[in-house]
Amino acid sequence: MLQLASVGRRFGHVEALRNVSLDIAAGDFMALLGPSGCGKSTLLRLIAGLEQPDVGSVTWDAGHAPTQGEIGFVFQDATLLPWASAADNVFLPLRLRGVAREQAAPLVDAALERVGLHGFAKARPRQLSGGMRMRVSIARALVTRPRLLLMDEPFAALDEFTRHTLQEDLQSLWQELGCTIVFVTHSIYEAAFLARRIVLMTPRPGRIDREIASPLRAGVEARLDPAYAGLVAQITREMQRALAA
Amino acid sequence: MKYAPALFALAALVAWEAAVRITQVPSYLVPGPLAIIAAFLADPYGLLSSLASTLLVTFAALCVAAILGVALAVAIASSRLLAAAIQPWAVVLQVTPIVAIAPLIIVWVGDPFASLVVCATIVAFFPVFANTAAGLASAPAELTDLFRLYGASRLATLWLLRLPAALPYFLAGLRISGGLALVGAVVAEFVAGSGGFASGLAYRILEAGYRLQVPRMFAALVLLSLAGIAINFGLGAFAAMVMRRRGDA
Repeated sequence: MLQLASVGRRFGHVEALRNVSLDIAAGDFMALLGPSGCGKSTLLRLIAGLEQPDVGSVTWDAGHAPTQGEIGFVFQDATLLPWASAADNVFLPLRLRGVAREQAAPLVDAALERVGLHGFAKARPRQLSGGMRMRVSIARALVTRPRLLLMDEPFAALDEFTRHTLQEDLQSLWQELGCTIVFVTHSIYEAAFLARRIVLMTPRPGRIDREIASPLRAGVEARLDPAYAGLVAQITREMQRALAA
Repeated sequence: MKYAPALFALAALVAWEAAVRITQVPSYLVPGPLAIIAAFLADPYGLLSSLASTLLVTFAALCVAAILGVALAVAIASSRLLAAAIQPWAVVLQVTPIVAIAPLIIVWVGDPFASLVVCATIVAFFPVFANTAAGLASAPAELTDLFRLYGASRLATLWLLRLPAALPYFLAGLRISGGLALVGAVVAEFVAGSGGFASGLAYRILEAGYRLQVPRMFAALVLLSLAGIAINFGLGAFAAMVMRRRGDA
């Protein structure tokens, strides 16, 4: 779908990324895993086109270059418009594409239903819990049927139970929609449960250390699979080694 | 708790009246509250019509300041060049004492009402402008990124993100500007009144001062204070209503 070749990015004197190369295939669920400050979010922004690399290139496969609305982005905070209802927040990407409200209504309803928020269309963000706000944010990212969904630590601020539920729902959505997901996290457990490909990053400057393929079958029961504990142990060992190097 | 301000005012008025009577200070030096009420009741129409004139200038200036403040805030938020060009002049307007330039404005503008509005607008302009500019810049960076990602035009970003984000800031600025518009109107009326333009409460204060009608002077001052309080509370209620209707409160 897209390739990053020897990408580097600096912010003043700080080298955020150095020599990052990565292939993302259609249908991938990739986790970018690493400690704070290793350039995961910068890498995500480069993929989204919100930043440009100082060196290297981000190249989309022929026929895969995204058009408006084909990339969805979910931030660490839900980043909803506080003055707009849940439905209006979900409608936003379509509105910006010039889709009429009446035409968008079924898509907005479907997106809200897909994330389990049927009946909350008129609720304002302040009337929703943290988990529900994040669901609205995910619905907003999904309403344009994106081919690539970029998620920047979306569940980091949520409690453990809500996080587990949203992780399971996200995995179901990925299986159902078949889109490509790049998911930034600093949680080994989250990366191990969710992703098919786990890319380990090291800080100062941010580099890709290695990639681990998940042996797990996607699904709610993956957490109970002995292979899950093995994968968590493997990622932990590799991360400790990378950080000590 | 709710009645605390009213009770405090009542106690202060009683103490004031008692102090004036006990010390037998002449009313042309310090009039008591009852003498002030009597002065008001002697010519309520004259004082209230002057208050209406001052309020007309105040609200006209507030409207102009609001329109101008928002327009220039949008301009500086849209262009760095315009920001560099406009911002220093806005600060110049803020720091220039209106008393010093009011005579010039009155001479230049010519029309008395328009010149009073211009003076009051200069005083009231800055809080709306500065607050709205801060509000336009307050939209979270992530939301701005989201709008960029979805290919939003600058106009769409302004209309759907930056202006709604600036609304609470604008309303807070408007509330400050309301009081300043009244102050600006009164100062301009003083200058214009000295030049013989008979209008507004400031002129009544000048006139009463020249005639040593100190209780009438105080009556006009009390009306000004009440008008200031009403403007402040009115704009506060307006802001609360707007935010409630938007679902923010």
